[in-house]
Amino acid sequence: MSLLEIENLTVEFQTAQGQFRAVDGVSLSVDQGELMAIVGESGSGKSVSMLALMGLLPWTATITADRLEFDGIDLVRQSARDRRKVIGKDMAMIFQEPMTSLNPCFTVGFQITEALKTHLGGSRATRRARAVELLNLVGLPEPERRLNAFPHQLSGGMNQRVMIAIAIACRPKLLIADEPTTALDVTIQAQILDLLLDLREKEGMALILITHDMGVVAETAERVSVQYAGQKVEEQKVRDLFRDPHHPYTSALLSALPERAQGKKLPTLPGVVPGLFDRPEGCLFAPRCAHAFDLCHKRQAVQAGAEDGFALCHTPLRKGVPTSLEGASLEGQVRS
Amino acid sequence: MNAQTPLLSGNDLTRHYDITGKRFGEKLSVKALQGVSFQLDKGETLAVVGESGCGKSTLARLITMIESPTAGSFRIGETVVDRDTGKPGKELRAAVQIVFQDPYSSLNPRQKVGTILAEPLLINHPEISRADREKKARDMLALVGLRPEHYDRYPHMFSGGQRQRIAVARALMMNPKVLVLDEPVSALDLSVQAQILNLLVDLQDEFGLAYLFISHDLSVVRHMADRVMVMYLGRPVEYGERDEIFNNPKHPYTKALLSATPVADPEHTKQRLKLEGELPSPINPPAGCAFHPRCPVAIDRCAKERPDLEAVAGRDVSCWRAGESV
Ligand SMILES: Nc1ncnc2c1ncn2[C@@H]1O[C@H](COP(=O)(O)OP(=O)(O)O)[C@@H](O)[C@H]1O
Ligand SMILES: Nc1ncnc2c1ncn2[C@@H]1O[C@H](COP(=O)(O)OP(=O)(O)O)[C@@H](O)[C@H]1O
Ligand code: SF4
Ligand SMILES: [Mg+2]
Ligand SMILES: [Mg+2]
Repeated sequence: MSLLEIENLTVEFQTAQGQFRAVDGVSLSVDQGELMAIVGESGSGKSVSMLALMGLLPWTATITADRLEFDGIDLVRQSARDRRKVIGKDMAMIFQEPMTSLNPCFTVGFQITEALKTHLGGSRATRRARAVELLNLVGLPEPERRLNAFPHQLSGGMNQRVMIAIAIACRPKLLIADEPTTALDVTIQAQILDLLLDLREKEGMALILITHDMGVVAETAERVSVQYAGQKVEEQKVRDLFRDPHHPYTSALLSALPERAQGKKLPTLPGVVPGLFDRPEGCLFAPRCAHAFDLCHKRQAVQAGAEDGFALCHTPLRKGVPTSLEGASLEGQVRS
Repeated sequence: MNAQTPLLSGNDLTRHYDITGKRFGEKLSVKALQGVSFQLDKGETLAVVGESGCGKSTLARLITMIESPTAGSFRIGETVVDRDTGKPGKELRAAVQIVFQDPYSSLNPRQKVGTILAEPLLINHPEISRADREKKARDMLALVGLRPEHYDRYPHMFSGGQRQRIAVARALMMNPKVLVLDEPVSALDLSVQAQILNLLVDLQDEFGLAYLFISHDLSVVRHMADRVMVMYLGRPVEYGERDEIFNNPKHPYTKALLSATPVADPEHTKQRLKLEGELPSPINPPAGCAFHPRCPVAIDRCAKERPDLEAVAGRDVSCWRAGESV
């Protein structure tokens, strides 16, 4: 059963230059206990879409969605007050820079017990005991002593453990981890990813992992959603995605990986992600796409079916070959 | 320069930083770099890898003469630089140039690209005419794949990848022999990373540049390096040919780094060699082998005696157990 259902989520920011669409019609569904990855280059709207769900965007953001449902609760029609009861308790989020989400003026113990107070109540002693239990659970050495530590006295990896402890304090059903290991060294990254996978199993929570690292996706995710310029361009099971990417963007991204290189020169993706002023009329990826044809530059891309990874593309790839070419022999020019 | 002299070599390079303790005001010494030796030849890439804080950027600052070593020396061609070397001459400085990780903070936001590129020439070679300087800057711009109209723009008008191209162009203005690249693609997206790596490959082919390539991303290192030096707490722990290091690592730390690096292939299965704990402080590095508190195969001796770098299976390793098959 799905725990989270997002349909056609759009986020626009009011900026000095005009309205900027950071998230453009994204749909996503996550099952209970599932591990979903959202991958894409920076600026593709990964963070903003999840912040919108969490109600953490500033007033300059206009959020619209056909459906935002979490654990059977309709978040769109819910009052801000009711929403706050869910957020931080059943649905929690951690970020790339633990130091910016932790308050430097308070001890780690205080910050964990405050989080417990808000959602669970209980006596001071029970909250403290739970805080120690949590720090143990996230693998922080000497938890009793660390309760009195300030964030700046801990390393980046330890602070990320503290953030995770706070996030899972109320046994959430969904944890959203936004680039949780991007600022860490690989050895510490491996520890934190193992911890998240472990907690997911023990606590039975679902995990949405936002990352730009294809290696992390390959080693952790079950399903993957690929975003480009605010749009979701593809969704597949992780093995299928790496084996047979259907959207030309996914395909290009995977070929740019040094470990897939067939020699010293890497295949490249020319250009950059479109901004506010150079948003193309047709498919947003068309100016950079190796397979674009006339239609791509004129008309917005349409979503393909499940067999083509829901690719948002006029000519999804199958084994690297555009379906328009495959179809050309069969259906002639029906597509254009 | 005869055939035996490498273009650049480090000999026991050491750098300590004296700091004052926060709590008691005591004098402490950060052992950022402790005896690093290496060789780099024309057209070659030596990669330096290791967790943050292991001394990679410190090494970069010594080689580019931004700082002097506390002990040890390095040699550029026939010239030796050590702690007693005074201000190095223009030619020596020109020979080694650096590109930093962050293309946002490494370019002066108030200077136009043309000025940024021409400045090193203006300072070091005032005898060159303005017209020649500008021509060289424009040629360089084209060489790194930017357009002529970019010459009059400010850095903030460029994307991260374009800024990194500008940083590379600036570094090349002095016709260096060695480029020190300190995490040159770490701040870039995957698609842009590929563009910059290709540019570096092309420039190396064309000018026979030697690269000291610092990175924490092992998949990038595997793609770029001819040789690899793995560092831990200021010391090299394994040093050798790229394929030896990647296909048959001998130091437990190298093995741990490789196994912690995620592989972008869901069908790839590997043994995880889990590394516990975090990097200790370089103020009081552990006795014996500095890696022993985290080492999964440490023996008693490791805590007491420090292993030297020694040749094992065609590369240099510092580990008491490197010769065994553990
Ligand atoms: N508060 C904001 N105001 C205006 N634009 C924003 C704001 N937050 C994010 N954006 C823009 O929205 C786009 C998507 O951002 P983000 O979701 O952070 O990308 P990602 O997480 O995929 O790197 C970016 O272009 C970013 O600059
Ligand atoms: N100017 C300095 N003063 C004191 N300590 C320093 C200084 N520069 C670097 N260090 C310390 O030296 C060690 C090595 O740093 P660095 O060379 O920057 O590592 P890396 O580039 O591998 O991350 C770190 O512990 C760092 O904190
Ligand atoms: S010397 Fe000992 S502690 Fe150091 S890496 Fe080798 S086995 Fe491990
Ligand atoms: Mg983000
Ligand atoms: Mg560094």
